[in-house]
Amino acid sequence: MLRRWLNSESLVLWLTLAGLVLLLPFTPGLASRENLANVLLTLLPLLVLACGQTVVLITGGIDLSACAIMAVASVLGGLAMNGDTGWLAGSAWATPVGVLLMLAVGAVIGAFNGCAVALLCMPPFMVTLTGMIFFSGLAVWLTRSETIYNLPATFNALGGRLPVAVAVAGGLALAVHLGLSRTMYGRWLYALGHNARMARVSGVPLGAVTVGAYALSGLLAAAAAILYTGQAETASPFLGQRLLLDVIAATVIGGTSLFGGRGKVLWTLSGVLFIKLLDNSLNLLNCSFFTLTMVKGVAVLAAALLDATRRRWLEAAT
Amino acid sequence: MSALLQFEGITKRFGGVPVLRDITLAVPSGVTLGLVGENGAGKSTLMNILGGNLRPDAGRMTWDGRPYAPAGPADAAAAGIAFVHQELNLFPNLSIAENLFLTRFPRRGRWPIIHRRALAAEATRWLREVGLAAPPETQVERLAAGERQLVEIARALSSQPRLILFDEPTTSLSDRETRQFFALLERLRARGLTMIYISHTLEDVLRLSDQLAVLRDGALVAHGPREEFDKDRLVTLMVGRRLDRLFPARQLAGQTGQQPGAAAGVEGPGQAAQADGGLAVASVSPTNKPLLEVQGLTRSGVVHDISFELHAGEVLGLFGLMGAGRSELARMLFGLEPFEQGSIRVRGRPLVTPRPGRCLREGVAFLTENRHEDGLALEASIADNLALVTLRRHARRGTGWLNRATLAEAVRGIREAVRLTATAHDAAPVRTLSGGNQQKVVLGKWLLAQPQALILDEPTRGIDVGAKFELYQLISQRATAGAGVLLISSELEELIGLCDRILVMRRGELVDELRRPEFDRERILRAALHERSAT
Repeated sequence: MLRRWLNSESLVLWLTLAGLVLLLPFTPGLASRENLANVLLTLLPLLVLACGQTVVLITGGIDLSACAIMAVASVLGGLAMNGDTGWLAGSAWATPVGVLLMLAVGAVIGAFNGCAVALLCMPPFMVTLTGMIFFSGLAVWLTRSETIYNLPATFNALGGRLPVAVAVAGGLALAVHLGLSRTMYGRWLYALGHNARMARVSGVPLGAVTVGAYALSGLLAAAAAILYTGQAETASPFLGQRLLLDVIAATVIGGTSLFGGRGKVLWTLSGVLFIKLLDNSLNLLNCSFFTLTMVKGVAVLAAALLDATRRRWLEAAT
Repeated sequence: MSALLQFEGITKRFGGVPVLRDITLAVPSGVTLGLVGENGAGKSTLMNILGGNLRPDAGRMTWDGRPYAPAGPADAAAAGIAFVHQELNLFPNLSIAENLFLTRFPRRGRWPIIHRRALAAEATRWLREVGLAAPPETQVERLAAGERQLVEIARALSSQPRLILFDEPTTSLSDRETRQFFALLERLRARGLTMIYISHTLEDVLRLSDQLAVLRDGALVAHGPREEFDKDRLVTLMVGRRLDRLFPARQLAGQTGQQPGAAAGVEGPGQAAQADGGLAVASVSPTNKPLLEVQGLTRSGVVHDISFELHAGEVLGLFGLMGAGRSELARMLFGLEPFEQGSIRVRGRPLVTPRPGRCLREGVAFLTENRHEDGLALEASIADNLALVTLRRHARRGTGWLNRATLAEAVRGIREAVRLTATAHDAAPVRTLSGGNQQKVVLGKWLLAQPQALILDEPTRGIDVGAKFELYQLISQRATAGAGVLLISSELEELIGLCDRILVMRRGELVDELRRPEFDRERILRAALHERSAT
């Protein structure tokens, strides 16, 4: 019984709903319209980032550099588009060109990570950890640690206007979901994560699949940058500095395995909801930021424990 | 001479299949016992029981007159039994000295601090004993294979055992090292150490042993002083005649030949066994159309100048003892391992740098020998495993969007064709299946690709008789349908029952080729062992 419950796919979703019901009476303003709208708005970029992380985790890797890629994309987009000094300033094409530029930057950095992992056989943890350090530094260096204002209004709308942002993030999440569950490439990702040797023998192009996974993660990080930057109406090199924990936490809490081969966008969505509910309710209960991170740390550890336990049971069952 | 070690009625089964039958064998103190037998005769199992890795189902052992029932390798070591295995069990990242004394470092008094000088001195002593001129602080990964083997021997000696067991100790040694090693064995024997020596090199066994024991099909078929044996008698004893085994393939291939295109599912093992037992395999005769041409394939130390052709409609067997290079050859053909020289052609077209994906597109499939490592995603579903190789056919170009209807149809079809157990749901993880059904999943996955050339590496290892039978049937069906099958196996019966031609490999070289009418167990085994065959 307990096992079935713990192994259930929708466990986290139920926990989130139970938490919501439990917290409602104690938390003033949790159900208010502005609060929910606000939660939704900040949830969207996290969802997009976590989708990228899901893809990489499924292959058995990890992308620690996602948030740093986001910062670089944000800053480069800001530098290009801002109305004061940007080379696209005032142009009618500022927004589309800027968006494409940001996405391209994300995808290229991601592809670079993927090449280091697939072709040079470097451990994903090292590649993306050093990527995180380098690119967060690069973002600050590019702007001399200043934030960039005066972005095109059309650009800001992408992340700032709730219906648009929902459409963008929802569309991306749906695309990743379909890509994973309904295409050949998705099956290849799972095969790689389950058993790379077997995948190789079976003719799966491992190099291309790995590079593709990291490039997609980079691309989605850039998309998250578009959402966040638009929300804040400023490009900042410090964007998402503390977000990495949330991204990995949401993905793993949702049920995507750190050991590869298991993961779904729907699980990640429930993980994101869980993290955001935790965030928001503790915030409204006037907990300090530090309490919040402590609670999150415990939640992530619990999720990782659950993952390891599931795995142990699976192995014991053989 | 009293018996130092005695096996009494040792019996062991794996999944109902007996691998050791009532072995009673005494090893007198101070004697060197040579133990020979084909692959799978039960030598390793017997030694694993001695070493405490396996427990016998029946029977007992005595050691030095007292009952001996090791619960693990530590008990065997404590009793004074040391093992030198064919596969090396050294830590490449540690030094020679550390490897030698890993479990019993010389310490400074009671402190947990290693006495480095004593360690070096002790290690040097044992290295001199085995004739390895390397400083003890050398990292093992810097040593050549032969030198590592000597370290392994030094480690066994340094525990000052009363009995040492050598399992194919000379496979990685050079001629000079082998001579040194044999001189060492002579010294040890003169000192009165008891030894068990397992090897396929019969000359060595005959030269080194005082007594010989021959295992066949898990039973002890002969045991006596060396004088009673010569090479011919050993080979004859190892081969024997196995009438008690069910080898359905022979009859079956004839039957499928008679009913071309007959759907699987009607004839069961019982019926097939009653079928005409004529020796003529496959009434479909292999064609001369070469599917796969291999020319001079070489990688130094692994395979040397391998050339052969695989024809359409043919089952080509590849026999060899462990370490002969059969699997390596197959992996080279499929682009999983590199080769230095030689060429491969598929249906006349050269395959310059084979890769699994490219081989598949050319119609070559490869069922690897270890299904858990290379063949299956155990946690993934049956359907996903079956479909993996052929996804491309059901995916739209560019987007990769899968047509789930045709995919499900294909999976259903192949499940029926390989007669996968009907109780397992498509979405169930492969892990939940039995070994035989898991193997059917792997085979099904490759058959879905409808390969022209099918390479099978030990396809029936570790599966039950019923599943074996069905696999034989599938293999001969494929050949009947015009595919070429390269069947790698350690089971001679299987090859003789199923193949049109058999190639024999020894030490990386093709040493013999036999066509169906001339199949001869003794000749094949002689070729695979170290002897000239009378061609």
